Order: sequence, then structure tokens, then C-alpha cells
Amino acid sequence: MSTAVARRSTLPGFGLTMGLTLTWLSVIVLIPLAGLFLKTFELSFDQFWGIVTSRRTLSALKISFGLSFAAACVNLVMGTVIVWALVRYRFPGRRLFDAIVDIPFALPTAVAGVALTQLFAQKGWLGAPLAELGIKVAFTPIGIFLAMVFIGIPFVVRTVQPVLIDLDPEIEEAAASLGADRWHTVFRVILPSLIPALLTGFALAFARAVGEYGSVIFIAGNLPNVSEIAPLLIVIRLSEFRYADATAIAVVMLLASFIIIFAVNRLQRWAQTRIPTH
Amino acid sequence: MSLQSNLASSTTQLRAYAPKTDLNVASPPSQRERVRPHTAASKRDLRTEPRPIRFLIVALALLFLTVFVVLPLVVVFASAFSRGISAYFAALSEPEALSAIQLTLLIAAISVSLNLIFGVIAAWAISKFDFAGKTFLITLIDLPFSVSPVISGLVFVLLFGAQGFFGTWLQAHNIHILFAVPGIALATIFVTFPFVARALIPLMQEQGTQEEEAAISLGASGLQTFFRVTLPNIKWGLLYGVLLCNARAMGEFGAVSVVSGHIRGQTNTMPLLVEILYNEYQFVASFAIASLLAMLALITLVVKTILERRLDEGQIVSDD
Repeated sequence: MSTAVARRSTLPGFGLTMGLTLTWLSVIVLIPLAGLFLKTFELSFDQFWGIVTSRRTLSALKISFGLSFAAACVNLVMGTVIVWALVRYRFPGRRLFDAIVDIPFALPTAVAGVALTQLFAQKGWLGAPLAELGIKVAFTPIGIFLAMVFIGIPFVVRTVQPVLIDLDPEIEEAAASLGADRWHTVFRVILPSLIPALLTGFALAFARAVGEYGSVIFIAGNLPNVSEIAPLLIVIRLSEFRYADATAIAVVMLLASFIIIFAVNRLQRWAQTRIPTH
Repeated sequence: MSLQSNLASSTTQLRAYAPKTDLNVASPPSQRERVRPHTAASKRDLRTEPRPIRFLIVALALLFLTVFVVLPLVVVFASAFSRGISAYFAALSEPEALSAIQLTLLIAAISVSLNLIFGVIAAWAISKFDFAGKTFLITLIDLPFSVSPVISGLVFVLLFGAQGFFGTWLQAHNIHILFAVPGIALATIFVTFPFVARALIPLMQEQGTQEEEAAISLGASGLQTFFRVTLPNIKWGLLYGVLLCNARAMGEFGAVSVVSGHIRGQTNTMPLLVEILYNEYQFVASFAIASLLAMLALITLVVKTILERRLDEGQIVSDD
């Protein structure tokens, strides 16, 4: 069986390594995730629907998805600005700032959470001046939104950066020599060829923000129906031993993230067929 | 060793004969020198924006990164040292802090070593052989990346919790998985599952199977081939995967929070202790632990940058 499948290779170990891979993958990832879906089948559809459409669940899902969408939009715009500055311009500290973009990836989420809360709290370095302007950030939905912007920014930058670097300079030279001004060249020629990467980065940032827990819960305030995100509601339901409720919310979120992965895969396939490279 | 280096040098020689497509190389040097300054100058004019716009974009990018990335990092250290160095070290030498550090190191050691072994095995199966459903298998390995940390913890509660599938059996046999080290380790392994495999698969696919096939045909065993031929080729990629896996294992919060039960001095990892101390308004202690994790993140980033440079160099050598 294994030799028939791996007929083109003369290397040893296909059966053994594939067997071990599938076993370990099943034990750690597939069986636990299957258990989640199995648990939802213990509920009738009406029960499931009742949980998912209850006011508190719906508000949590709306807050998570809505604010994640808004944060991903900001990431899309600011990510493009950052990529443009890092790739196209030379300025002092460019390499340092390039490395700094990865910090939201690398910083443990709980650390990011307490740091952002401290920064935007009413007596914090940024919270105090904002409070004087009448803007309360910490313990409000604005805080959730800012934390989501923080964790999403590397996704857009790191997806778009290699594409902008590889973009064939001849295209924009051609556009310019055919009489297009810079504005047209950027918005009609360069940005369109970045669209698949931009959308991929947007989707990744969005997906990460929807599922994010650690960097959000400290700054969120966690008031039911106001500033309670869906992952936190799962944790609350678990601590109340309402496993069915926790599972139903989790399944909705998991399905949403599977749809996002599927979209990202399609986007990347699309990108491979249309990006002009040299 | 010599077998491997011979093979490597012969492949680079072969690749050196590949025709170059760059037109500049084909034109005579004298002509090239005359043309180049002119095109460089006109390129610069065509491919950039007016000065005020350039300034505005750079300023906007730097302002954003400073507010959202630099300041939170500075806040961690400023708060940790806000009552002086002695308060900082006093907080770190609390028994609670020490046990959290110990547990974090233990969990990282378990999950990194298991995922290292799995990652290498999976990358070998996926990159060195052709089979149907390869892309699907890679998608499955990637799955934990797209699952919310809270859900990653939840799935293990559903399996091993009191109301879970194995709950009553585990209770009857007095085996503790949830709210104990095994549960924390399982959740961490789940969350860090893809790192090593993901770092190795593209690298090993690019390297192909020729060197390994040559080693096998010269009489090397499978393990000899792996340790003498494959491993030297993938060592930087492997280190890269282990580095990122370790950073995430030590820093994981959501998944671990769900399965740990927060038993003080027993099932608190460093990120969990940061949360507990912060909620108790022990800010110096909380940020002292957080500063250790932030340093871990910074060191990880520096080493990652160095490794990425090594990996790029490796690619340039093999591409030319």
C-alpha cells in the first residue's frame, strides 16, 4: 500500500512516518476537535438555536465579529501604509521598525493585555490625555477594538510586504512612461496587484481578532451585552459548568474560522494565477 | 559528512551552468556602465512619491508602530521597575513566581520536544514522498493555528472534564488530566502543533530528494541518511521552528487558562500568574513576571531575524 502510493520515491520510511503522523495528528488535533462537534449533537437543533440566539450570546458574537471587522479594516489601511514606508522608503531606524512589526506575534497575549490596559487606563500614559478629551478607552468596546488592532497588524504587513518587494518595477515604469501620473500609477496599477495579498492579510487579521482572548479580556471591561467577547463567554459558561452552551458558541466560532481559512486558501490560489512577477 | 558536502557542491556546480536571464549581464560591460546611471536616475523619479507625501507616510507608519507596539512594550518594563530594582527581584523570588517559572519551563520542554519529533516525522512523510491528499493533510496540521485559544482548551475539557467523554472513567481510576500538568501540556501541544512541521515542510520540499536518494543508493540506511544528509540541510529551519514553538509554548494563555484550574503554586504558568497578580492589583509583581515573558519575546525576535538571514543565505547559495 505505502509503496504503491509513494511509487516515485526510493527513500525508506514512508509507511512508518505517515503512520506516526496520522496517529499523532488524530490524538492531538482531530479527535479533540471531533469531540467538540460530537458534543453539539447531544443537543437538539432547537436547544442549539436557543443558545446561539440568546441575547447574551448574540451580543457577544456581534461584539467579537463586529469589532474584529473594524479592527481588520484599520489594519488593512495602516498595514498598507507601514508596508509602503518599509519597502519603498529609506529612513533612519527602518530595520528596527521592520523587526518591531513582529512584536504582537511574539509577545504573549496576557502580557500584551495587561500592557495595553495599563497604557490606556484612565491614569495611563495614553489613557490620561484621552480621558481629558472625554474619550474613555479601557473597559469599553473601544479598548477591545484597540487590542484587536494591536494583534492584527503583523498579519497584513507580513502578507503584503513580500508581494510589494517582488512587484515588477517595469509595470509602474511603463504606466508612468505612458503618461499616468503617480496617483494613477499607485491606485490603478500597484494597489490592484496587491489586492489578493491585502485581502489575505485582512482575513488573517480578522480571524485572529475573532478568536483572541488574552490581549482583549484585560482591557475589555467584560460587561455582558456591552463589552463581553465570545471567547470570554465560552470561559464563563465553562466555569458555570454549562458545557452545552460553551460548546454551541465554540462551534459557531469554529465554523466561522473554517470559512475564513477556506476563503484565504482560495485567495492565495487566485493570487498565484494573477500576480505579475519578474 | 564528506558524502553530504560532495553532493552539495556537485549540485551547486550543476546549477551554475543554468542560463542567466538577466539582460544586463549579456550586454558588454562598457555599454552597461554608460547606461546605468541614466536609468537609475529616471527610475527614482518614476517610482516614488513627492517629498511631503513620503514624509507623511513614514510619519504615520512610525507613529502607529510607536503607539501600538513600542509603548506597550515600554509600559511592561516601566511598570515592573516602578518601585525599584529590589522590589522587582523580590517579586520574582516569591515562591509563587518560582513555581510558575518552573511549570512554564516544564510545559515548554514537554511540548517542544514532542512537537519537534512530530514535526520532523511529518515533514519527512510530506516533503519526501508523493501521495494523494497532501494539501489536505497540511491543512489539517495547520488547523490549530486557526482555532481560538479558548476553544483549544475547551476541547480537552470536553474530553477529560467531569462531564466529559472520559470524565467518569478517569475519576474512577483516580487519574488527573484536567487542572493538572497533563492537561496543560496537552493544550500547549495542541496550540503549538504546527510550528516545527510548518517551518520544515517548505524547506524540505524545496531541497527535493536527490541527495537522500544518492545516499541510499550508496548504501546508507534510512536513519544514517536522515542524520548525515537531511538534518545538516534543515538545521536552521528546524531551529527556527523550535524557536517559535517554544515562544508560543511559554506564552500561551487562553488554552492553558481554560484547562489549568488556576491552582496557586501548582497549575499556574507564568502568563496565568500575570493575570492573577494583575487582578489582585499587585502591579509590580504582575509586570515583573510579564517582563520576563517580554524579554523572551524580544530574544525570540532577535534570534528569529538572525535565523531568517541564515535561511535566506542558504537559499541564495542553492539558487545560484
